[in-house]
Amino acid sequence: MHSSLHSSSQQGPSEQGSSHRSDISQQISAVPLREYKGGLLIAVKATLVRDLTLLLRRRGEVLNPLVFFALVITLFPIAISPDPELLAVIAPGLLWVAALLAALLSLDSLFRSDYDDGSLEQLLLAPQPLAALSLAKVAVHWLLTGLPLALMAPILGIMLALPAGSYGVLALSLALGTASLSLIGAIGAALTVGLARGGVLLSLLVLPLYIPVLIFGAGAVQAAILGDGVGAHLAILGALLAASLMLAPWAIAASLRISING
Amino acid sequence: MAFDSFSEFIAMGGHAPYVWSAWGVTALLLLASVWHARAEQRQLLKSLKRRVRRENSSRGNAQ
Amino acid sequence: MWAFIHKLGSPKWFYGISAKLQPWFWVAAALLIVTGSLWGLAFAPADYQQGNSFRIIYVHVPAAFLAQSIFIAMAVSGLVFMVWKIKVADMAAAVMAPLGAAMTFVALFSGAVWGVPTWGTWWMWDARLTSMLILLFLYLGVIALRGAFTSRDSASRAASVLAMVGVINIPIIKYSVNWWYTLHQPASFTLTSRPAMPTEMWLPLVMMVLGFYSFFIALTLMRTRSEILRREANKRWVQDLVKDQVEEAR
Repeated sequence: MHSSLHSSSQQGPSEQGSSHRSDISQQISAVPLREYKGGLLIAVKATLVRDLTLLLRRRGEVLNPLVFFALVITLFPIAISPDPELLAVIAPGLLWVAALLAALLSLDSLFRSDYDDGSLEQLLLAPQPLAALSLAKVAVHWLLTGLPLALMAPILGIMLALPAGSYGVLALSLALGTASLSLIGAIGAALTVGLARGGVLLSLLVLPLYIPVLIFGAGAVQAAILGDGVGAHLAILGALLAASLMLAPWAIAASLRISING
Repeated sequence: MAFDSFSEFIAMGGHAPYVWSAWGVTALLLLASVWHARAEQRQLLKSLKRRVRRENSSRGNAQ
Repeated sequence: MWAFIHKLGSPKWFYGISAKLQPWFWVAAALLIVTGSLWGLAFAPADYQQGNSFRIIYVHVPAAFLAQSIFIAMAVSGLVFMVWKIKVADMAAAVMAPLGAAMTFVALFSGAVWGVPTWGTWWMWDARLTSMLILLFLYLGVIALRGAFTSRDSASRAASVLAMVGVINIPIIKYSVNWWYTLHQPASFTLTSRPAMPTEMWLPLVMMVLGFYSFFIALTLMRTRSEILRREANKRWVQDLVKDQVEEAR
């Protein structure tokens, strides 16, 4: 840039303007070419990598829901009874409710730091569709909260004397279910991200929408304990996930626009 | 007529507390919402009119 | 078609037309509810199984119908507001929400009261009552979200999005709760599904349902008019309208 300016200053005044203009136009045409070449996939990948890196740097935020999950599960035997037979009966419901609350707890930070430092606005200005980019953010959220919760649940299941044979179903139903929970919850998080005290409001908005996932998730574990087929439950959980994958990104994108522009 | 006398109607065959409390709460909420809507409308019109009068009188003083 | 939609979107036009429509709905609501109540309370025969406690049906069912319909109406208004930017639709949605929550509460309360003579308990985790309870939470969420924003436009759009998300979820919630209930309580007594109600029992019920719907329309028209005045208080036509009223009063 500097050298081109220098060389143009040595030319005649009539040529100076035109060569300058061609320089700039060359640069203008060069910039969008680099931006648009990769298109959507590169933007989604960049969002994924960025969010993963950021979250892995703040390990506390990733670990907190897991600790919360373990703590809540510890409270129940203390409050109810240490009797393994009683605990075994209520274990599927307890594990699912506690995991759901842990996932809910992590939602508030989903868009918060991006909103505070302004990078959410950059995301809105990006030429790529916001729905796809927010889907990438939700995927990272699930990868670092939903999936660890699902992997951790069988260990807590042992502590609650969960009957054998239901551990695999517990982890699988939680892995499938928390993905829907992250997607639905992200709508609430996007709606409340601009509000100063959105935390309690967020749970009021999101919890009623979680009920179908809870019913079929806990139902799957219970069916596994009773020895019934779990295929139907898992299929419905999958269907709920498919439906939320299809619809939630648009609602998240619309909600983010409202929170930022309003 | 399903009842022989007025006192029987009030007694509702022993189910009076249930029937009348359910109907009472419903009636109360319906009437309260009408009353609230009327009060809201009146107050709004009143404040709008007050504003118009104030503007009129201030214009009158200026002239 | 487009001209009509835009006309409908003009608060001034809506203010005029709603003034003409409103009395008809009030009269219909009053007539239907009074006749239906008298008929249902005093003249309909007692139920062979539940005796006179079944008369709660005449407030429970209309309230439950209205509770669900108002949420759908709210979501449709939200969609109209988001797509065509018609402000009247959002004003209607804003005034509908409290009535919807009130109707959900009425349905829950009458259902719980009805439970005492039929089930022997105030609360049963019955499929209908449970989904009504969830509906109440959905209403409270929409109302709370609208109240949480300082900017009116953001509040309107956020409440519209949430109402639409909620209305997509309502059937899913209903079916999953039904499924959950049948799994846990295989044989049970449901409140409203019964073999062939005699005409003198269901006719007052139909009247009450229609009466409640008329009441909802009339109240929504009335409160939307107030909302129009509140939001358009600085517009020329509202000031002219108020000026005329002040002149007439002299």
